[in-house]
Amino acid sequence: MIYSKELDSNFKLLIAKEPGGENIKRCFSCGTCTAGCPVREVTDRYNPRKIIRMALLGMKKEVLSSQFIWLCSSCYTCYERCPQDVRIPELMNAIKNIAVREGYMPPAMKVQIELLSSHGRLLEVTEFENDKRKESGLPLFQGRTEDVKRILKELGFYHEEERGPS
Amino acid sequence: MKKREDHLKDTSYTLFLGCTVPVRALNYEIAARKVAGALDIRFHDIPDFSCCGYPIKSISHHAYLLMAARNLALAEAKGHSVCTLCSSCGGSLAEANHELQEDKNLRQRINEDLYGWLGLRYEGEVQVLHFARILHRKIGAEKIGGKIRADLSSLRVAPHYGCHYTKPSAIHGRAEDPEDPKSLDELIRATGAQSLSYEDKLSCCGGGVLAFDEQVALGMAQKKLEHIHARQADAIVLICPFCNVMYESNQKKIEKVFQKEYKLPVLFYPQLLGLALGFEPDELGLKMNRIRTTDLMKKIVRRPA
Ligand code: SF4
Ligand code: SF4
Ligand code: SF4
Ligand code: SF4
Repeated sequence: MIYSKELDSNFKLLIAKEPGGENIKRCFSCGTCTAGCPVREVTDRYNPRKIIRMALLGMKKEVLSSQFIWLCSSCYTCYERCPQDVRIPELMNAIKNIAVREGYMPPAMKVQIELLSSHGRLLEVTEFENDKRKESGLPLFQGRTEDVKRILKELGFYHEEERGPS
Repeated sequence: MKKREDHLKDTSYTLFLGCTVPVRALNYEIAARKVAGALDIRFHDIPDFSCCGYPIKSISHHAYLLMAARNLALAEAKGHSVCTLCSSCGGSLAEANHELQEDKNLRQRINEDLYGWLGLRYEGEVQVLHFARILHRKIGAEKIGGKIRADLSSLRVAPHYGCHYTKPSAIHGRAEDPEDPKSLDELIRATGAQSLSYEDKLSCCGGGVLAFDEQVALGMAQKKLEHIHARQADAIVLICPFCNVMYESNQKKIEKVFQKEYKLPVLFYPQLLGLALGFEPDELGLKMNRIRTTDLMKKIVRRPA
């Protein structure tokens, strides 16, 4: 049972203002996205048509706090097929951007921010990798870049540890 | 700075490796550099490249554009188009590039931060292309066919296009129909090998959900392994290190979880091409392939030089 007091009719406007979410109101619920979705094929927990429906209805908290918004594989199958150009994977990102701002950041994302801040990449290039590169005659790699940390810090996604530099 | 059109004639590229290739797919990089050399493609390197920005997209679109623009600005200063080996890097850089090229105001806003924080600026002059696209479009199957030094005709391989190599089609200049792509099949046939069709050939590997729900991701990859296994392919051929994480690095785990046996070798396209061009397996990093390729190697007949 959905009580109207839990609904936020401004949710769709909020999404529409976010980069990628602009076309949410165009969805007419045809289900083409869900029908061809490879994630949906392996799990019932993900259903793009239904997520958009919930968002349009204003079920803000359910959507933002859900795990299912993080299940889109960004394969763009539905993006190409949607008759209304809703651009679903971008729309999911718009919703995720809002979710993060409202404090619903999944642990996997926190880990990724940590990695990107310390290495500038998701995977660290250590001396071991560079040794292998040398052996294989490949140009050496810079271990890290501070620029990514700077970007994430300026935007408030990364906070230097209290302990200070080690 | 060169005009965008000039990039068409140029065969010099700045190689963007991203996070995954240098750590988990060195064999891909080794083979790509080898075949590029044989086909007169010149790669330039920028050691200061970072992650393309793709993972940050779900946290903040602005941060994603900044990270992508930083890489594009570094490439712009070097003056060549960008070549990616990872389809996801290619997709995310091309998408950010598309946005920044189309929307001058957006570019200005990004440049304000980019310049203020890092002293960089991006003017929108770079083109981003996947290595397979370069091979297909700029080199062409015909030129490749003329350089073949080994007989691969008894090899039956299954192409895996992956998603971000063709989609969204608008940001890739509608290079080909994403519902019926042909470039990788044509590149495979150019080596002399047979390119197989199979059920759900275009489906995604599941890589995008791996960090959030491993079971779902493995389930997606398993479906494709099953379909390719059904065609008794000698190998799956792909062009993205992340697809490789799903099909090769995780194949054992998938076999265990789903109680199946595939032992399906996974080749990066440049490895297949390199074999056809007559390179030794060692020169193509084949030692680093986790699933044994000895059986398929026996099917290759090398022509005397
Ligand atoms: S395909 Fe497009 S219009 Fe149809 S339900 Fe999905 S988002 Fe809505
Ligand atoms: S982009 Fe996301 S929602 Fe669309 S088909 Fe792919 S996994 Fe499903
Ligand atoms: S797409 Fe993935 S591998 Fe490529 S740079 Fe981005 S995060 Fe790294
Ligand atoms: S198949 Fe997977 S890794 Fe490959 S491009 Fe698609 S989502 Fe990315």
